[in-house]
Amino acid sequence: MLELRNITRHEGAEIFLDDVSLTMQRGDLNILLGPTLSGKTSLMRIMAGLDKPNSGELLFDGVSVLGTAVQKRNVAMVYQQFINYPALSVFENIASPLRVARVEQRQIDKQVAEVAELLQLTEMLDRTPDTLSGGQQQRVALARALIKKADLVLLDEPLANLDYKLREELRAELPALFAAMGAVLVYATTEPTEALVLGGNTVCLHQGRVEQFGPTLDLYRTPASLRSAKIFSDPPLNSVKVECVAGQLALAGSQQKLEIELEQVPDGNYTLAVRPHHLSREPETAEDIEVQGNVSVTELTGSETFVHFSMADNPWVALLHDVEDFAVASSVKFYLKPQNLFLFDSDDALVEWQPAIKS
Amino acid sequence: MASIQLQSLAHRYPSAPDYALHSMQQNWSDGGAYALLGPSGCGKTTLLNIISGLLRPSEGRVLFDDIDVTDLTTEQRNIAQVFQFPVVYDTMTVAENLAFPLRNRGIGKNEIEKRVADALQMLDLQERANDRARSLTADDKQKISLGRGLVRTDVQAILFDEPLTVIDPHLKWQLRTELKKIHQRFQHTMIYVTHDQTEALTFADQVIVMYEGAVVQIGTPQQLFETPEHTFVGRFIGSPGMNVLPCEVDGSDAVFAGKRIPLNKAIASSAARFELGIRPEHITLSASDGIPLTVTALEDVGRHIVVRGEIEGAKVSALVKDGVAIPENPCVSFDAAHINLYADDYRVGSGRGD
Amino acid sequence: MAIQKVQNNKAWFMVMPVLILVAISAIIPLMTVVNYSVQDTFGGNEFFWVGTEWFQEILASERFHNALLRTLLFSGLILAIEIPLGILIALAMPKRGWGVSVCLVLMALPLLIPWNVVGTIWQVFGRVDIGLLGHSLASLGIDYNYTQNNLDAWLTLILMDVWHWTSLVVLLCYSGLVSIPEVYYQAARIDGASRWAVFRFIQLPKIKRVLLIAVLLRFMDSFMIYTEPFVVTGGGPGNITTFLSIDLVQMAVGQFDLGPAAAMSLIYFLIILLVCWVFYTVMTSYDNDEQSNGGGAQ
Repeated sequence: MLELRNITRHEGAEIFLDDVSLTMQRGDLNILLGPTLSGKTSLMRIMAGLDKPNSGELLFDGVSVLGTAVQKRNVAMVYQQFINYPALSVFENIASPLRVARVEQRQIDKQVAEVAELLQLTEMLDRTPDTLSGGQQQRVALARALIKKADLVLLDEPLANLDYKLREELRAELPALFAAMGAVLVYATTEPTEALVLGGNTVCLHQGRVEQFGPTLDLYRTPASLRSAKIFSDPPLNSVKVECVAGQLALAGSQQKLEIELEQVPDGNYTLAVRPHHLSREPETAEDIEVQGNVSVTELTGSETFVHFSMADNPWVALLHDVEDFAVASSVKFYLKPQNLFLFDSDDALVEWQPAIKS
Repeated sequence: MASIQLQSLAHRYPSAPDYALHSMQQNWSDGGAYALLGPSGCGKTTLLNIISGLLRPSEGRVLFDDIDVTDLTTEQRNIAQVFQFPVVYDTMTVAENLAFPLRNRGIGKNEIEKRVADALQMLDLQERANDRARSLTADDKQKISLGRGLVRTDVQAILFDEPLTVIDPHLKWQLRTELKKIHQRFQHTMIYVTHDQTEALTFADQVIVMYEGAVVQIGTPQQLFETPEHTFVGRFIGSPGMNVLPCEVDGSDAVFAGKRIPLNKAIASSAARFELGIRPEHITLSASDGIPLTVTALEDVGRHIVVRGEIEGAKVSALVKDGVAIPENPCVSFDAAHINLYADDYRVGSGRGD
Repeated sequence: MAIQKVQNNKAWFMVMPVLILVAISAIIPLMTVVNYSVQDTFGGNEFFWVGTEWFQEILASERFHNALLRTLLFSGLILAIEIPLGILIALAMPKRGWGVSVCLVLMALPLLIPWNVVGTIWQVFGRVDIGLLGHSLASLGIDYNYTQNNLDAWLTLILMDVWHWTSLVVLLCYSGLVSIPEVYYQAARIDGASRWAVFRFIQLPKIKRVLLIAVLLRFMDSFMIYTEPFVVTGGGPGNITTFLSIDLVQMAVGQFDLGPAAAMSLIYFLIILLVCWVFYTVMTSYDNDEQSNGGGAQ
């Protein structure tokens, strides 16, 4: 079990991590999700022992490890760049952690064969890394992390430098592989889709602070804050400022009302948000809320359509599951189900609400 | 703006035994948005560099508006190019960066100011005009790279070499739609190289799918999605890609897992191998109707669930929309109108829809 | 991002021997010099406290002024010639192929020759009676004699230093140039940039850091030049090539004026320190500028 308690790291006025507290269990996959410079790498470096926090405590299985040198912690790390020993064969690359640990040759042969089989590298054991494709090179790096049987495995955007299709393949393979490791796994990524495919738990990071931490799907379905909803949305989250007066929502700065009445929501300013795939062309039930705007651009993928439109001057996008081209500047209407709507208060925290029973 | 023609174009690097690009014949129209899509090493960047003149092809000709430009340098071809990693001139301000290509061409001061102001507005960079270019974030730097092409009103084409690689997912959406808007407004001929199908499909009117130095298929995003001419295209486009299932052909039926699937015509082929292609989007799950599927994994990606499973040893994935229930032991049925039949990887027929 | 090492007190014990060595070899001699510079002696072991008298005398003496000016002029000329020349040669060197190693070896050759050997080589090379250069010039009708003509003496010393040390500038600049990614050149071609614009806006900004190091190294080295003029001209003709270092040795060893010599060496030391500090500030302010605006990758 890895425990971070109130970890803070800054350099001068620049804050990298601000009061981060997390608990991660063995065998669990923990995803650090956030844009570039949100603190993912800083956090990993502290977990690995490469950096020291300015304050806070880092415990492994209940024991503080802040004073322990990196070499003495049982940590494995996989980077965005494919880092292997260029002069060694794939076999020796994978075997290198065992050589350091002075494992006997028979054991090495056996373990390397097992791991290579798992990562589909058996055919390439005699080759050197530079003769392999990017995906294979990264597999070698993963194999080395796997064979080390580390207590803590850190993966810093390991798929970022791979082709889209390869990324997709490896993403599908990784969860099974991670389950076999039995370590505390930490995986950094900028891509919400990647987090969703991998599952496990997710930490939403924003400017060095933890926005939310919990099971990946829970975070996606019930984001605690507007920020965490935005970080965890691809295509980007649609949002608009609204005012609530006596349970009635209206767009801020205009009289345009939304056809929904809320209960248990005090008057005030809110942000309404909805995910792009929750907008549809036709209302499915009478309760569906209508939104309208002017099309700015349409993107067709062959099976889906992304309609970008301006909703009260906010950039919104709708994801439709068929192909339909919209003329630029034409007016469009979309519908959304009330249960798919998120409401955030003026502090950007999620608000619980109930639709009013219509009489 | 110009149309681009490639005549019997092929390229082999001096010391390499194989062709990096196999002979191709292409005709791209003026003002079109084209994407070159394929995995690493498929030759797409080589092709782009040949068009921009950074690389001279070992065989064949390149024509802009029917004029042979094969022997012209990049400067003489008058094209703009945006690279994978943003290139900005560190010591210059944003505005100076945009003015640079114009100054090099000896354009008048007033004209430069006007065009730079236009470009700044187009890229939403007005407020950073006088900042040092090196102080910008990666996406703004990439906008500058694009802007240096936009200020030149007479460019023949704007080329993109995986321009969104170093951009965060959220900003990718912004930059991409920005590009699309610019294309709709100015109708530049644009060629966009990428390995990311979403980028290629959303950007281009015509997508050129490449594999191992050859063009496998050219078509609209919809054509590539619905009728992939080669199993590679089917697998490469879509996420997850098309299911390619080994089958047998009997007259005008395909037989898969003991089930007969009617085809649009009788297939007379001596091919060694027949396969059915069906997209995960066109597979429906039900409790009892169809072929039983052994489910191996469920991937909930929020807007839909990917069901992965096996039928008689063949891997099958299906998409289930968010909010739709998945039966315990599901059976799959294929939407016949969206089935394609492949003989030795090439498309030879399709399913018969009702 | 700076890498902060995990603290480990063992490290102090590891560096202790070095610290002791530095103390014995640098700090103690330096303190001896300081000690001499504020005292006078009339032989034997008798010393008198004279305060800052030697410093005042040195700072006011014309001999020191002239030597300082000569040294500054020499360093200035060296920088003005070697830096641009070094950049030009680096730009002209091939970036790939077999030519690279040939050029690198040729460039490294002069750097491998010891100072006094360089001096001896040029002393012989420039002699009118037997030297290739001197003899050739003489037979061309040019009156060249570095032992008698002031200008010839200077020219010889500068030529010698340029021959010996331009390679260093070349190698540093070359390392900076080859690290510039190819896309910058491609983008410049597309933007229609001239050769000069490519140098001014891509190459120069990218080699700025190594160039600063080159300037710093060449300044310090030429400012402290001793062996070559000592071997070739011996400070002459007259005093025309008597640089600070030569003057200092003459004063300390030749005239045995230990007090003034100590004061002078301290002043000399402070000047070098001052110039290094200026360079250091310029370099770090450039770095900070870069960092605070960096954004960059994580």
